Amino acid sequence: MALNINETIEGSFQLVGGNFATAGEASAQLKHTLEGLGVDEGIIRRAAIATFEAEMNVIIYTAAGWLHYYISPDHIKIKIVDMGPGIENIELAMQEGYSTAPDWVREMGWGAGMGLPNMKKNSDEFKIDSVVGEGTTVEMKINFP
Amino acid sequence: MKLENIIDELSLDVKTCREGLRNEVKGVYVSDLLSDVMANSKEGDIWITLQTHLNIVAVAGLKNLAAIIIVNNRQPQEEILQKAEAEKVTIMTTPLPAFEAAGRLYQLLK
Repeated sequence: MALNINETIEGSFQLVGGNFATAGEASAQLKHTLEGLGVDEGIIRRAAIATFEAEMNVIIYTAAGWLHYYISPDHIKIKIVDMGPGIENIELAMQEGYSTAPDWVREMGWGAGMGLPNMKKNSDEFKIDSVVGEGTTVEMKINFP
Repeated sequence: MKLENIIDELSLDVKTCREGLRNEVKGVYVSDLLSDVMANSKEGDIWITLQTHLNIVAVAGLKNLAAIIIVNNRQPQEEILQKAEAEKVTIMTTPLPAFEAAGRLYQLLK
């Protein structure tokens, strides 16, 4: 079911590393926007999971980042660009259970090595680029049914 | 079964969003890993956890969970309760450990 919109709806959120207090706000606002547009519940669920995991990664591992979304009639694209340390071994990072999170983050119930795999699972297209010392860019596309 | 029907059985102390007590409980998910809850809980589930920090509110809100039950009488701080109230997330605490809380809910819901 394509959305009854004429042009792409865009939005951005700035994410600040270490700021656990506001984690989830970007995802909650995007979820609200999608609900307002009448997007399929299953799609909203997938977008919320993927976006929240992306937010958490920026907050846990990086200094700062941006989350951009682009809602088109038949899909949503979410792009996360961070100014983080970069990922040395992307293949390893994509493995479920692998994590470089410090102990205090694990004690909060994060750092289980499920973030990137959850993002990929909930996307129809998933792309990750990373340069050590510069940052990481993740692009996700979810098609509407 | 509605949330309000399990309060006595699990000795629950309702901390936030009492209006949520009329919500229908569809199931239960037990986990202290937040990504696991994001991935595997279902809308209308009660979430049993020992985590008490702020991010549990966002997880419950994003997944449309029926409520969070915090076990072992662990108490979330005031700022967490305020956020939960604002986002209409029902948080309850119980003196029971997770095994005991889940066991009683299993008996009630099966």
